[in-house]
Amino acid sequence: MISTLRNQKTFESSTLDAVLNYLSGDRLLALTGNLARNVLVPMAAILVFLMLWKVGAQQVQTSLGELPGPDRVWEQSLALYDEHKAEREREAAFYDRMQVRIDKAIEAGKPAERIEKMQARRYTGTATFFDQIITSLLTVMTGFVIATMIAIPLGIMIGMSQTLYQAFNPIIQLFKPVSPLAWLPLVTMVVSAVYVSDDPWFSKSFLNSAITVTLCCLWPTIINTAVGVSGVNKDLLNVSRVLRLSWLTKTVKIILPSSLPMMFTGMRLSLGIGWMVLIAAEMLAQNPGLGKFVWDEFQNGSSNSLARIMVAVIAIGFIGFLLDRGMLMLQRAVSWDKSMVLR
Amino acid sequence: MNSYLNIDHVCITFPTDKGPLNVLNDVDLRVDESEFISLIGHSGCGKSTVLNIVAGLLQASEGGVLLENKEVREPGPDRAVVFQNHSLLPWLSVYDNVRLAVDQVFKRTKSKAERDAWTRHNLELVHMSHALDRKPDEISGGMKQRVGIARALAMEPKVLLMDEPFGALDSLTRTHMQDSLMEIQAELKNTVIMITHDVDEAVLLSDRIIMMTNGPSATIGEILHIDLERPRDRLALAEDPAYNHYRAEVVRFLHERHVGHGSKKQDEQQAPKADAQASVDSDDAAEPKAGLRLAG
Repeated sequence: MISTLRNQKTFESSTLDAVLNYLSGDRLLALTGNLARNVLVPMAAILVFLMLWKVGAQQVQTSLGELPGPDRVWEQSLALYDEHKAEREREAAFYDRMQVRIDKAIEAGKPAERIEKMQARRYTGTATFFDQIITSLLTVMTGFVIATMIAIPLGIMIGMSQTLYQAFNPIIQLFKPVSPLAWLPLVTMVVSAVYVSDDPWFSKSFLNSAITVTLCCLWPTIINTAVGVSGVNKDLLNVSRVLRLSWLTKTVKIILPSSLPMMFTGMRLSLGIGWMVLIAAEMLAQNPGLGKFVWDEFQNGSSNSLARIMVAVIAIGFIGFLLDRGMLMLQRAVSWDKSMVLR
Repeated sequence: MNSYLNIDHVCITFPTDKGPLNVLNDVDLRVDESEFISLIGHSGCGKSTVLNIVAGLLQASEGGVLLENKEVREPGPDRAVVFQNHSLLPWLSVYDNVRLAVDQVFKRTKSKAERDAWTRHNLELVHMSHALDRKPDEISGGMKQRVGIARALAMEPKVLLMDEPFGALDSLTRTHMQDSLMEIQAELKNTVIMITHDVDEAVLLSDRIIMMTNGPSATIGEILHIDLERPRDRLALAEDPAYNHYRAEVVRFLHERHVGHGSKKQDEQQAPKADAQASVDSDDAAEPKAGLRLAG
């Protein structure tokens, strides 16, 4: 009897303990633990980094004054934003003025030809930091898309055929480590020789940068696609042989889905490389993007230049990060294996 | 000699780094229509190689395979294979996996609606109608193998080839699958060649058990006719002296007669374990799922 009671009591108290534990101690500890790991630790690391940066930067004297600390970089990023806003206002004002003049001209019964000419006039202000970001993004995406369109079919073919693999492998291995700076002069010469048009769609500097990006983006996608395609499960290929699937059905139903993860790994590597390459290419090709911004600030050599370059550096890093996350989300969306760990 | 399936004096030799390796030597077997044949033997004796030659996935070095007096030269849906690791396409649903085969085999002879009905019918046959839209990763190992069987049956093969179809399953699931297979077999009367490591499975399901000698240069050691009435019931058979005799025959062949033949060491290692379970230990039976998880 006593023992039953005791047992009951232990049972009750242990249940109660569990509930209390759940509600308070352990649970809370786990929650705060998560919070600390996910938020506080990175924040502390960033704080330490900013402090080291501030202290370290003060020690370095350059011809343009001391290296900018985080405070001055922040100041300059605000300044760049203000410049952008001011530029946009000037642009809006320009179009307002033009509209007024056009309206007047129509009222005065000026010939249609002349009015058309007025309407065609565009605002020619300086490109702001944000315009340059857009240009850079457009350039890198152009280069990346061209590279992907070449690399994926090529990678599939190389992955499917041992002979093609052996044929292409030395070429790929040879060109893979080539720096964009080595390509650029060649690309520039070829573009100016081949791309001759009275009414060009793209500026030459844009093409030079985009093609250089393409040349450096090709390789990781080709290699990873080929590895993915050649690594398709042999049993699945046997299934396709037993079913006598046509080449096209086999490719679409078996090879592509199964090598998709590797393809995306290659594409993410490519885009990352492309973004790094782009900055260098823009500096030399004078494509009006972030690379040119950095180069111009360097040439400009005002007391704010170093801080402005630092803003660009951070922007470049942040955009590169976003591009990678974007590719990761795309990969998640198209991947059949939702349980796969992607990082 | 005219027979439904004729495996005619097949030899196969693979080139290796250490010179040519003769895996099969003079495998000669005639199979009648609607016959259920099991191939049993130690790991690495070339059972799968026989099956792959019949499937057309491998070419015999000498001899050949005739199906209805036509030589087998390449794989085709008339010799459907149920692979050990189910080999379903993981990005397609259960229905789409079977439908892919149905579309391929009947694209000219059946209308779209008929192909849909045929796909559903075959999944019904293996009791998988409740999971048509699931992906292979979302169903159990036994269910995957059911779908694999449905896919093979849906091709209406002349010969159904099964490579250790239940080898990777737990024993309870395996019994269920064997019962299902017997049911289906009673209805469809397929010609089946099945590889197995499980002595009970072989005796329960087969009309004939082909016992293979150890490799290299493996060949057919003995053939055992199983004259048990169908339908067979595993519980009733457990007490049946004839059943136990057949079972003992196979065990004896595998564990007594072949000590001293081929690699002696392997046999000695396997003997105690296999006595308890009456099944041949397999190195390749529980191969882990081949994953494609190579994200960076």
